Amino acid sequence: MAPLPAPGPDEAFFWTSGSDGRLRFLRCRACGTFLHPPSPRCPRCLSADVQPEPVTGTGTVQSFTFVAGAADAPPDVVAWIGFPEQDDLRMTARLVGVAPADAAIGMAVTVEFEEHEDVHLPVFRAAGGPADRRRADT
Amino acid sequence: MRDAAASGAAAELDHDVLRRAVISGIGQSDVGRRLFRSSLSLTLDAALAAVEDAGLTRDHIDGLAAYPGGGGAAPGFAGPSLLEVHDSLRLELSWYTSGVDVPAQLSPVMQAAMAVGSGMARHVLVYRTVTEGSARSRARAATEGAGSPPGGSSPGPAPRVEGPMQWLAAYGITGAPQWYAFYVRRYMHDFGLTREQLAQVPLSARTKAALNPKAVYREPVSLDDYLTSRMIADPLCLYDCDVPCDGATAFVVSRAGRIDAPSGHLVEIQSAGAGAGPRMYRDQFADVWWAGPAADQLWSRTELEQSDVDTAQLYDGFSFLALAWLESLGFCGRGEAGDFVDGGRRIALDGELPLNTGGGQLAAGRLHGLGHLHEACLQLRAQAGARQVPDAEVAIVATGGQPNMGCLLLTRSR
Repeated sequence: MAPLPAPGPDEAFFWTSGSDGRLRFLRCRACGTFLHPPSPRCPRCLSADVQPEPVTGTGTVQSFTFVAGAADAPPDVVAWIGFPEQDDLRMTARLVGVAPADAAIGMAVTVEFEEHEDVHLPVFRAAGGPADRRRADT
Repeated sequence: MRDAAASGAAAELDHDVLRRAVISGIGQSDVGRRLFRSSLSLTLDAALAAVEDAGLTRDHIDGLAAYPGGGGAAPGFAGPSLLEVHDSLRLELSWYTSGVDVPAQLSPVMQAAMAVGSGMARHVLVYRTVTEGSARSRARAATEGAGSPPGGSSPGPAPRVEGPMQWLAAYGITGAPQWYAFYVRRYMHDFGLTREQLAQVPLSARTKAALNPKAVYREPVSLDDYLTSRMIADPLCLYDCDVPCDGATAFVVSRAGRIDAPSGHLVEIQSAGAGAGPRMYRDQFADVWWAGPAADQLWSRTELEQSDVDTAQLYDGFSFLALAWLESLGFCGRGEAGDFVDGGRRIALDGELPLNTGGGQLAAGRLHGLGHLHEACLQLRAQAGARQVPDAEVAIVATGGQPNMGCLLLTRSR
């Protein structure tokens, strides 16, 4: 069983943010800089006024590797995801619904959340895939 | 706004401090894949060899420095604590230091040089000891002996991870091969590095290790072996990863002038660079020139240039890290390391830049940075036997793979 995060006070918002379906990162209210992983102060202007802010949740794969999953399943694709909101705003996450052979740098992906105990774990699916179409239909 | 003076050029080095220090003695224990000896026993072998090599006795040693010091999470990673060595040798210490939040594995050598250069100590014993080979073997045996955990796969609460690893652990990213796999794939995408080119680092290491009697893996590896070996973290395969081993390496760093040594025995420190990479979170940047600031410091503090270097001992915990150091240190342009090592000629023993001449960590074993320094000293002292680089006068040693980085430029004494 994969471990789950045990966030401290600065990080707790991130792992529950998905409860309303939105991905959030800390953003400095003084200068607008997004910062991740969370930190008590803005690394650019050192303001302490940093607050979680929703992002679109769509990004692009910047790199990836494969991680062994269940015994008889293909490996997971785990990727660096970059976000359009800011050049250096990125995170590592698992891709879902993407076969290892289909993973590619530059592919557009969009967030969804898996619930594990009290954690809403961000994972990413190819943008424009079935989940997006379902959302568009309803 | 940041003050340019605070973030710009390297601090002006007091060359007199570093040049008051020499590496006066070197020593190494037995090295093997699994020796099943205590880390203290290996350490004392290396330490006493280094002290004797310096022409000293343990009564002369008044300083002690090590990476990482005692403790540490992974079994076999840390050697004995400074105080265990202190107690075993009944040293009288006036200065000692250890730690893991330092500019990589060369840091205790730099600190020792600063200590003797400033007068805090006269002769500092430096060591790095690993017993990862036998520790992993024991752990495997214990797991097999225990069988399946009671209750089988019945679900309980998931284990939890706090601190910096929380951002990766839930996605199965737990180890160093995975951390670097992301960089290598990105670099291949951006600069066209091929697996055939990357393979030259381990293939060349094996060729050199065949000439190093203490190397763990001395058999040759072919390109076909490499290309068909199992992936550890795609695109890094088995041969891209260094080999856990058991062994200790030690040095004595002395105040120059306090040592009577034969000509060519002492190794002098011409320059040093140290620095932390862009971010401790490795997924927060894609560039691989993380050692650029440390390398720039090193070159800004010496008249010597890349073309003066006779041999390079560059950290190769993963094959790719040696390429990243080649570029950061300016031995080739950024994005050009694949072409630089292509075919393996430039980095061969008789090439323009003999790289990791003892086999490095990929073939000789993960002695964790100080194995590279030991090899550099052997080369500068013309004691490298069948793998000797003729007339080696200048060596560069670089350790670390982001975020901690340190490098030294060394010369043979006249």
